[in-house]
Amino acid sequence: MIWNDEFETLPRDVIESLQLKRLQQTLQRVYATVPFYRQQLQKVGMSPDKVKSLDDLKRLPFTLKQDMRDNYPYGLFAVPLEQIVRIHASSGTTGKPTVVGYTRRDIETWAELMARSFVAAGAHKGDVIHNAYGYGLFTGGLGAHYGAEKLGASVIPMSGGNTRKQLMIMQDFGSTVLTCTPSYSLYLAEVAAEEGIDFKSLKLKVGIFGAEPWSEEMRNEIEEKLNLKAIDIYGLSEILGPGVGIECIEAQKGLHLWEDHFIPEIINPDTGEVLPYGERGELVITTITKEGIPMIRYRTRDITRIIPEPCICGRTHVRLERMSGRTDDMLIIRGVNVFPSQIESVLINIEGVEPHYQLIVDREENLDTLEVQVEVNEQSFSDEVKILQELSSRIQKEIKEMLGVTCKVRLVEPKTIARSEGKAKRVIDNRKEQ
Amino acid sequence: MKVEQISIFIENKSGRLAEVTRVLGEAGVNIRALSLADTSDFGILRLIVNKTDQAKAVLKEKGFTVNKTDVVAVEVPDRPSGLYGILNILDQGKVNVEYMYAFVERCGENAVIIFRFDNTEEAIQVLTRGGVNVLEGERIYNM
Repeated sequence: MIWNDEFETLPRDVIESLQLKRLQQTLQRVYATVPFYRQQLQKVGMSPDKVKSLDDLKRLPFTLKQDMRDNYPYGLFAVPLEQIVRIHASSGTTGKPTVVGYTRRDIETWAELMARSFVAAGAHKGDVIHNAYGYGLFTGGLGAHYGAEKLGASVIPMSGGNTRKQLMIMQDFGSTVLTCTPSYSLYLAEVAAEEGIDFKSLKLKVGIFGAEPWSEEMRNEIEEKLNLKAIDIYGLSEILGPGVGIECIEAQKGLHLWEDHFIPEIINPDTGEVLPYGERGELVITTITKEGIPMIRYRTRDITRIIPEPCICGRTHVRLERMSGRTDDMLIIRGVNVFPSQIESVLINIEGVEPHYQLIVDREENLDTLEVQVEVNEQSFSDEVKILQELSSRIQKEIKEMLGVTCKVRLVEPKTIARSEGKAKRVIDNRKEQ
Repeated sequence: MKVEQISIFIENKSGRLAEVTRVLGEAGVNIRALSLADTSDFGILRLIVNKTDQAKAVLKEKGFTVNKTDVVAVEVPDRPSGLYGILNILDQGKVNVEYMYAFVERCGENAVIIFRFDNTEEAIQVLTRGGVNVLEGERIYNM
């Protein structure tokens, strides 16, 4: 099923001419209204009228998260505050949050793209959408909410937390679609098991999971434990919020990025140069319809590649491969690049290990150390030391094979790694404090 | 002829061992014998208690990972070479000992040793055939 047949299946050449037209309009607008963008363009001798083709995009400077902080809170808004009807902000774990503003039309666009995303994930009018993304400054909750209403589904605005109540509502209200972070879905499964609730007895058929990187192995685990189809959704508040891209249920392979509203580029994160089509690198997005806070070549720090093959679902918008991680989540351990999601895929394939883990990075005598904390469960626990030691050396060996990094595996008691109701905190990097 | 033992996963953190004994004490469970195997990161506490199922249930409820395994309690003559005699029988019978520990109480004139074998049934046969007295679980729990 497709929500917007006309726009989601536009021929390639039509998408591109639409993109060029909208890009030119966006540039004209920000050049006139946002001093930051005017200066950025002037610095490299560019102006909106010099952009004659999509290829000229690469001549424009990038916009960084830091630029948003430098212009905190409203400096990058392209409309007067009277036209802004909603403000969201990122969690901002370090320093000030990044602030985004939406005009009424932006909210409508967002709802449209979320409705497209829901339909791509197999949801439709008549579904009961159990929205466990947090409501608040975080874009997840309200973003999914408006899309669900636009679709005409019945939305339950659960927000995060209160896990036992979430399960009760799922049972009693007959929720058919679940939206939350992938790590929270596993926590729901864990609590359900404790409460003796079998997901097979629930009506859930689809889960739409995002806001943190996750692996294909974790998808299998979630699909098995929650008895539903797990769909990956992509979004970031700087660009819009959830619904920038989504997997279709037909292929479950790669996330369609809505190209009538965004232009994706893949760059080499070190040099900034645009990579050939299909190569892996950092995703850069330009918004071409956003009014409140347009983003020109925003560096998402997400690592992915464009899947060049057309999709079986009929949508013509490009697909991005599942994000393998964010450059800021990437750990460099003794010179090797490590994404937490890679370690996750190793752990999930090992019988008797819970999908909850934490990575502790430290430095001892100028050498990076990586400790992987894994919870022991009843299947893996034994009264014999050697069996537990075999388990930890197996984990160590498989991580070494996959990443080429030797780590220390520490088995910890069940349920001692903090469960998250929103984004999971997988890494503690003690090197930064030294 | 088998004795039930519970084992508990314990992280090397202060207070965990005390917590196990507190939980058992509050449930009125009496520890009959114990052994602690430790590595640099974690320990495995093995216990013989007077109420195995109850002990397992209260510990699980408190979030501990608990297992139940069968071990064998053997009467060992309390004199030089007493233990050797038993180990020799096991060795001749090609039975492997995973670990062993001593029971606190004596059984008449004899000491009691708890054995964990890789093959419990076979070990009991080898011991009985060798004339060694293997003690019943009920006797051990209430000794």
